[in-house]
Formats: sequence, C-alpha cells, structure tokens
Amino acid sequence: MITDIDAKLLEKIADLTGKPVGAFNIRKDSGCEARQSTENIQITNKEDKPGIDIRIKDGTRGEVCHIPVVITKSGLSEMVYNDFFIGDDCDVEIIAGCGIHNTGCNESRHDGVHAFYVGKNSRVRYAEKHYGELNEKGEGTNVMNPQTIVHLGENSTMQMDTVQIRGIDSTKRDTKIVCEAGSEIVITERLLTHGKQEAISEMEIVLNGEDAKGRVISRSVAQDQSEQLFYPRVVGNAACFGHVQCDSIIMGEAKIRAIPEIAANHPDAQLIHEAAIGKIAGDQLLKLETLGLTAEEAEDTILKGFLA
Amino acid sequence: MLELKNIHFSVSTPEGVTDILKDVSITIPDNKLIVFTGPNGGGKTTLAKIIMGLVQPTSGQVLFNGQDITALTITERAKLGISYGFQQPPRFKGITVHDLLLLSAGEEKLSKDRCCQYLTKVGLCANDYLDREVDVSLSGGEVKRIEIATILARNSSLMIFDEPEAGIDLWSFARLTETFEQIHRQQEATMIIISHQERIIQLADEIVVVANGGIAHRGTTEEIFPLILANTMGGCPVLDKEENK
Repeated sequence: MITDIDAKLLEKIADLTGKPVGAFNIRKDSGCEARQSTENIQITNKEDKPGIDIRIKDGTRGEVCHIPVVITKSGLSEMVYNDFFIGDDCDVEIIAGCGIHNTGCNESRHDGVHAFYVGKNSRVRYAEKHYGELNEKGEGTNVMNPQTIVHLGENSTMQMDTVQIRGIDSTKRDTKIVCEAGSEIVITERLLTHGKQEAISEMEIVLNGEDAKGRVISRSVAQDQSEQLFYPRVVGNAACFGHVQCDSIIMGEAKIRAIPEIAANHPDAQLIHEAAIGKIAGDQLLKLETLGLTAEEAEDTILKGFLA
Repeated sequence: MLELKNIHFSVSTPEGVTDILKDVSITIPDNKLIVFTGPNGGGKTTLAKIIMGLVQPTSGQVLFNGQDITALTITERAKLGISYGFQQPPRFKGITVHDLLLLSAGEEKLSKDRCCQYLTKVGLCANDYLDREVDVSLSGGEVKRIEIATILARNSSLMIFDEPEAGIDLWSFARLTETFEQIHRQQEATMIIISHQERIIQLADEIVVVANGGIAHRGTTEEIFPLILANTMGGCPVLDKEENK
C-alpha cells in the first residue's frame, strides 16, 4: 500500500503523483509494491539475485519507464541489481531514484547496480534522484551507493542526470560508461552535502569508437563540515571528443577534492578537463542584495541556480 | 530627494590612513539626471556605493526622502527604491537572464513582453537572450547591457549607473542614451550616472565633478563642460617640461 510518506518520497525522487503512466516498478522496503509492463517494455524479476530486468523492444519510441525505490523501515539494508536491455532505434526515458524516510536511529542503506546495454541508434534519457530524511532529532543515517554501468551502442546517445540534494549522509557513486562509434554520453551531476555528510563520485568514460563523445558537467555544493571527492576520468581510445567540467562551491568548513583525469590513447582523441572550487563570490551576493534580496535569500538563489 | 551630509570615507593602508572622500555634501532633487564625472580615482564610485550602502562611510549621513538611511543595509535601501548598476557586473552560473529580470522586478511572474521591453531598451533581443545563463558564455558588453536591463526592471525611484557605457558598442550605446533620455522625460525617477561620455554628460540637468575626494565643481552642462575640456591634458606634464628646457 502506498502511504502518504511513500507518496511524498515518490514525488520527491521521481515527480510521481498518482499511478504512473506506462511501465513502472515501485520497490518498497525490499519488496515489489507495484509493477506494470507494457507491450514494448517488459519488467521481470531476476531469478538469481534481488532486482529486475527491464527489456525494451527495438523501435520503442516516446515511452517512459519509472523504477523508483522507497525505504521507510529504519535499519533496512539492501543490494539491488537492475539490468536494462534497450534495443535499437529506441527513444525512451527512464526515471529511477531512491527516497529514504528514516525515523529510527539506525542506518538505512540502499546499494544498487544499474547496468544499461543500449543498442544502436537509440536515444535514452536517464534521471536518478536521491533523497533522504531523518527524524526530528536527526538520529540514524541514510546511505546510498549507486553503481551505474552503461554500454552505449553505435550512434546512440544517453543523457544521464543525477541529483542528490541533502539528506544522504554517505554516498559512493561509481559510474562506468563505454561508448562505441558515433555514440554520445552527457552526464550532469548535481550534489549538495551538508552537516557531516560524505560523498564520493568516481566516474570513468571510455570512448572506444570513432567520433564517440563524452561530456560531464558536475556541479556541487559542500556546506558545514561535509566532504566531497570527485574523480572523473575520460579515456580516449579513438578519434573522439571528451570534456569534463567540475565546478564546486565550498562553504563553512567543508572539504572538496576534484581530481579530473583525461587519458588519450589515440592521436586524434581530443580531451579537455576543467575543475574549479571556490566560495560564492562577494560581488554576486552584493548584486542580488541591490535587487532587494536579503543576504540569506541571495545565497539561496545563487545555490539554486548553480544546482539547477 | 537624496542628501549626502559631510561624508567622509578613509581607508587604512600600510603607509597610513588615506582619505578617499573628504567632507562631501550634496543634495539631489527628485527626477533629475545628475552625472558624476571626474578623473579616475577621484571618488565617484565610492560616493555612489555609499548611496547604495555597498560602502559604509567613515562618518556623515545619507538621507533619502527625509529618512536617515546611513545605517540601513543594501537590501533595505533597495526596498526603499534605490538601485545600482555595477561597473563590472558579476556573472552567475545557472541563473538565466529571465531569472535575473524576474528577481529585479520582484514579481512572481514576468511576461516575455515585459522582458522584451527591458532588453530592447539596452539593444538586446529577448528571443536570443532570455534563456541564456549570465555566465562566461556572454561577452562583457552583453553582461553590462543585461545589468542595465535589471535596473530598468527594478523600476526604482533612484537609479545609479556606474559607467554604463563601459564595454558597450557604439550602436548599443546610442540605444542606451535614448533610454536614459526617455526615463528622464517621464520625470518619474532620479538618475545618477557616473560617466565620462560627452553624450551622456549632455543629457544631464547637472554635472558634478568629483576629484581628489571632494566636489570640485557642479553646475549645468553649459557651465561645466567647457571646464572639463579646458582641463583635458593632451600630453604628459613631465615630458612637456623636459621638452621646454
């Protein structure tokens, strides 16, 4: 049964209100709360381990698949394997995400491995939002360790948007993408940590085929005593293009390390990386204050824009 | 009406205390267009910043419509109807031109027509710019024109522009002077423009020459402009002296 708490989490992580349209699988507290397959998108249980297989037929276009996870039992820990087999000539959207409502004083933890096998000439948009909340005393901890593996077939594109704004005490994100000829991956990562939260994001994009493209836009804000580590790597094994851009705003007593790496194994690999860490510029705050915003509103506006 | 009374501003340097502004007093009546001009480092921008609250005077008073605003914050002054266009406006990652105009207007929604109105006045097309982020992808001149558009969107009763012409191309500059002229004609706002541009100086009701931390001259364009031209040096005094030896 979907409770009010579940509904709120689902809205936060997947913009879901009411029953989703199209294919979906709602996982709640390690069980399957609701599922629907469509003619083109089949969702089945894995037989050897927890998780699901999502099979999308060749030529499926304009369909959306929701696979949110909610955890409302304090102390629950799970490891889930979801595999996506996306055919040729598809144009689909997959909305994942995990929300934890932890009212106890234990650690609630969701570890997941999402593996995508994308065929040729397909277009995939993948969104993943993480959200967590604790009880009023702030007891307990919320942990999420997502692993994403993508094999992008020839001339396919994937837009991957990941968002984690507050609420997750510890996260280790591991992303590995392999791009074949003519394919393109665009990853946008948005992260805000506060309190004593820790976040690690490791990423490897391997551009194997001619004219493969990989772009990473990572924007993060670290507040209070939180700590972040970014380690994006792009490897060019052909005449390809890769661009990594890591921008971070540091506040309070936070710590951020950004270690972008580019590696060219082919003379025509064109790879660029940029990384910047800095405080909110004083003149930005002053400008917004001259528009009538208070110092707090100005800071909030700058952060929201930066993470939009 | 804006009144500055006995404004002092000094800073501490390793060499000692340096006076940036020395006992500046000036009254600016409503709906006038006043140009602050004068040599670089003379104190024009500091004086303008003191009006907006961006700089706190060491001593002296700022009164706006009879209210002493010396101790008010920038935000409070903005809410009273003072706005300020920066000489070098900041850029914002992720904040679009539309976002900035919306914040400036202080409304929940701002129609495309209204945005278009503000942007056209600074020579920009809303279709090309509204969704663009005010970040490094924009040129200095574009950011500057957007900055001026945000001041227009504020619709405030006292607008301060710090060198609005800096970095703007000739065509956009012509459009901008028309906009200043139009606002002035409507007689609904006071404008203080820091400028060295003849065309802007000629629009002014009054010119205030700020030099060496004080007001050196003030008067109408007809009175002051010849003085500015007379004081313009064509060469280097040291070299001239050497040549005449």
